[in-house]
Amino acid sequence: MNFAVLQFPASNCDQDAVHVLRDVLGHSARYVWHKETLLGDADAVIVPGGFAYGDYLRTGAIARFSPVMAAVQQFASNGGLVLGICNGFQILCEAGLLPGALIRNRSLQFRCEHVFLKTATVDSPFTSKIPTGKLLKIPIAHGEGCYFADEATLAELQAKNQILWQYCNAKGELTDDANPNGSLLNIAGVSNERRNVAGLMPHPERASEEILGSADGRLIFESMIHALQTREAAEAA
Amino acid sequence: MKAKIIITPKKAVVDPQGKTVQNALAQMGYTGVAAVHVGKYLEVELTSGDKDLARRQLDEACHKFLSNPIIEDYKLEIVE
Repeated sequence: MNFAVLQFPASNCDQDAVHVLRDVLGHSARYVWHKETLLGDADAVIVPGGFAYGDYLRTGAIARFSPVMAAVQQFASNGGLVLGICNGFQILCEAGLLPGALIRNRSLQFRCEHVFLKTATVDSPFTSKIPTGKLLKIPIAHGEGCYFADEATLAELQAKNQILWQYCNAKGELTDDANPNGSLLNIAGVSNERRNVAGLMPHPERASEEILGSADGRLIFESMIHALQTREAAEAA
Repeated sequence: MKAKIIITPKKAVVDPQGKTVQNALAQMGYTGVAAVHVGKYLEVELTSGDKDLARRQLDEACHKFLSNPIIEDYKLEIVE
């Protein structure tokens, strides 16, 4: 599978993403500079973490207008898989590819720690390989990760099963203490209605090798790879 | 000609910055403060003299880019 990992000015988690996809999972991954207008033969797009454009104006506000994003919009409307991580999640929300918005952490603190995630549904190309009941231990590192959406949008997310991951404690309980940033409904990640675009604040690319303290994050990438391989097999048939 | 744009968090959005500033004011002894909301102020200097055109363009820019309508409200004023 071919992954395109976007690079905006001040993206800083692009290399970790490429490392995991290429060196750990053995797939092809290339950098795509934000000024490029073509995604080539990419099977999936990763919008990585960082501080694109210094988070000026609002986080992700300027990056969403970078030339490459027109190609990403087209890719997504054609059903291509897109995963936004941290700043990538913020950019996808600003771009309207995902519902809601990310705002300043409720505590006003930059939170940099491991969290536990409960996978709310395995019915998505980003969660299908996550064993039922398994909590994902993944690190966060953000100052603006509080997920907000209005009542109507939240109701729709719940009705359409678009909430993918929620912050929980070690026992899988969705408590306030387990919520590092004040996100409504402890939401850590969501998908769009079509389920081909997803975003999450935690960094699965920093939890794909045991040596970093957890390899739970690779289950997300493996879910994507499985979905792509299944799709490819179906098309060949 | 200049545009003055004030961007504030929507009422439905929790504003911890505002709350923190409010608490600090109280601690400093300022009484009678019911609430504080922290927003953003933009000044856009304009070259054209067409006020109506400027207002229409900036309204669009505010809606599409300068503010995020999911979490923010904006007020736009054009001054000579």
